[in-house]
Amino acid sequence: MLLAIKLAYRNLIGAGLRTWLNVLVLSFSFVVIIWIKGIMVGWDHQAKTDMTQYEIAGGQYWQETYDPFDPLTLDISHALIPAEVMPEIEAGDMEPTLLIPGHIFPNGRMQGVTIRGIRSGQSIWKLPTEKLDTVVDAIPAFIGLLMASSNKLETGDLVTIRWRDANGTFDAAEILIVDIFSSNVPGVEAGQVYIPLERLEELTLLEGHATILSYRDPEAPRAELTGWTLKPKEVLTRQVDELIKTKSTAQTILYGILLLLAMLAIFDTQILSIFRRQKEIGTYVALGYTRREVVGLFTVEGTMHAVLAAIAASIYGLPILYWQAKVGWTLPMDASDFGMAMAQTLYPVYTIGLVISTVLLVLITTAVVSYLPSRKIAKMNPTEALRGKLQ
Amino acid sequence: MEIIEIKNLVKRFPMGKGEFTALRGVDLNFGKGEFAGLIGPSGSGKTTLLNIIGSLDVPTEGSVTVLGRAIGKLNQKEAAQLRKESLGFIFQSYNLLQVHTVYENVEFPLLLLKLNVTERKKMIMDALEWVGLTDKVQSKPPQLSGGECQRVAIARAMVKRPSLVLADEPTANLDAANSHNILKMMENLNQELNTTFLFATHDEKVINYLHRKIFLLDGKVDNEEIIRNH
Repeated sequence: MLLAIKLAYRNLIGAGLRTWLNVLVLSFSFVVIIWIKGIMVGWDHQAKTDMTQYEIAGGQYWQETYDPFDPLTLDISHALIPAEVMPEIEAGDMEPTLLIPGHIFPNGRMQGVTIRGIRSGQSIWKLPTEKLDTVVDAIPAFIGLLMASSNKLETGDLVTIRWRDANGTFDAAEILIVDIFSSNVPGVEAGQVYIPLERLEELTLLEGHATILSYRDPEAPRAELTGWTLKPKEVLTRQVDELIKTKSTAQTILYGILLLLAMLAIFDTQILSIFRRQKEIGTYVALGYTRREVVGLFTVEGTMHAVLAAIAASIYGLPILYWQAKVGWTLPMDASDFGMAMAQTLYPVYTIGLVISTVLLVLITTAVVSYLPSRKIAKMNPTEALRGKLQ
Repeated sequence: MEIIEIKNLVKRFPMGKGEFTALRGVDLNFGKGEFAGLIGPSGSGKTTLLNIIGSLDVPTEGSVTVLGRAIGKLNQKEAAQLRKESLGFIFQSYNLLQVHTVYENVEFPLLLLKLNVTERKKMIMDALEWVGLTDKVQSKPPQLSGGECQRVAIARAMVKRPSLVLADEPTANLDAANSHNILKMMENLNQELNTTFLFATHDEKVINYLHRKIFLLDGKVDNEEIIRNH
């Protein structure tokens, strides 16, 4: 094997430009595959981090009738906060959120919203709830950037808000936009208005009620609460996993095509080598190689393209990949339109596993592609090969 | 001591729907240190016989024993082992590895024998000294003349000190002066190292150097001349 590697290396280096063209194409595949996979990992990481920081915290309990995909049930999706979680709430490790459907009337238009009652002193999300801790004539509220830009709202704007109380009676008041936040999580921005929990309880006559209970520590064991459904973090982020899986499939097809092109070049080179190097093959056999060993030599030679490509990719690819990890990749379109947790700029994350799996993928694929045409050598007649006669 | 024993050798090749008989009952023996040649026109079977002796091909009938090993009974691995350890080949078109240097070309048989670097280096330099190419160590075949290429091929064939060297039309691509140089060199090596040389040729220049001449015609031994006993 060592001899085959040594000879293959000599043959490849001796072949000059042909080798380097293949190596260049293959190294490009390496860099692109690692970059694409890195973007996926980075996106996954960023989406889950943002969701944790702005929406789901360490996990949640949902009031049993709450269904985020059925707004019509929102009116009835609340219940008294169970007494057994009160110490956790008082310690600031759990936050109740009350969700009530309502409407706002920005610039003379009517817009359906979810009014989120949230405690101003919370510390489990990065939401600017401290801004709610203010005394103003209207109800202090903050909204997400997505909501602000779609409704042309700015900090300091007064907007009329309408809701129905526990008895089903419509009521309305003014809210004052005290802050606008940006999160990369459309779910917490689009159509959401955040007001102090106690004000919402007051407005809706639902004192001590909540729709969602979000807890800080995802690792701590959670008890079942009657009338509430436990939604651990991994369940709440499953949608992101599935979305990324779908996107990954599409990206796999993309880099599969790229890899296919590189493999075509290797395959073509192997076919051409066997066609042009018949005399050489015969000579190897005459000097003491078995035909099987010559097949091995040609396979190693083809596979070594991938090794050289990995080296080349590490020379010019590492700085590029590092730079990308630093500056990120800014999406050419508005990421908020995607309807999922996605930052405008994605930062690729390269793990050891990602790099090793990519190198193995390319190496194994190249080895197979190199071996397939080389099998022909095993059927060659060495005396004909020595004369360079095509077989 | 006989190093090649050929008994009633027949070699047939498939040709279209029928067969072509290249060798028809050849009986020959060669001893150690011979400088012999198979002489005959194209199609007389000399290259076929050389290929069988070199374990690159197998007999259809009869037997060929080289250095005590029956060629027809060797599997691929055993045949390769025989070539690797005991046989040297010289070809009409040199068959050098084009992208390797002179040094690397000569080194190849020694790499197959898994010799260490020091041993290899000494043997390669000795071989290159025999053929007068120590100044071309780093050259590659495309940078050499035909005569130099054939000298590299001889060095490659001789570097492992094989018992038997098989040379198929070694001077066919060389001019008269180069041919004489090459043949003289091989004759010297034959005498110094007692290596058996077996040629396949119809070149008069080669024939004049041979100590034993075997004339083949239509796949049979037609005539034999012994000029000088080894």
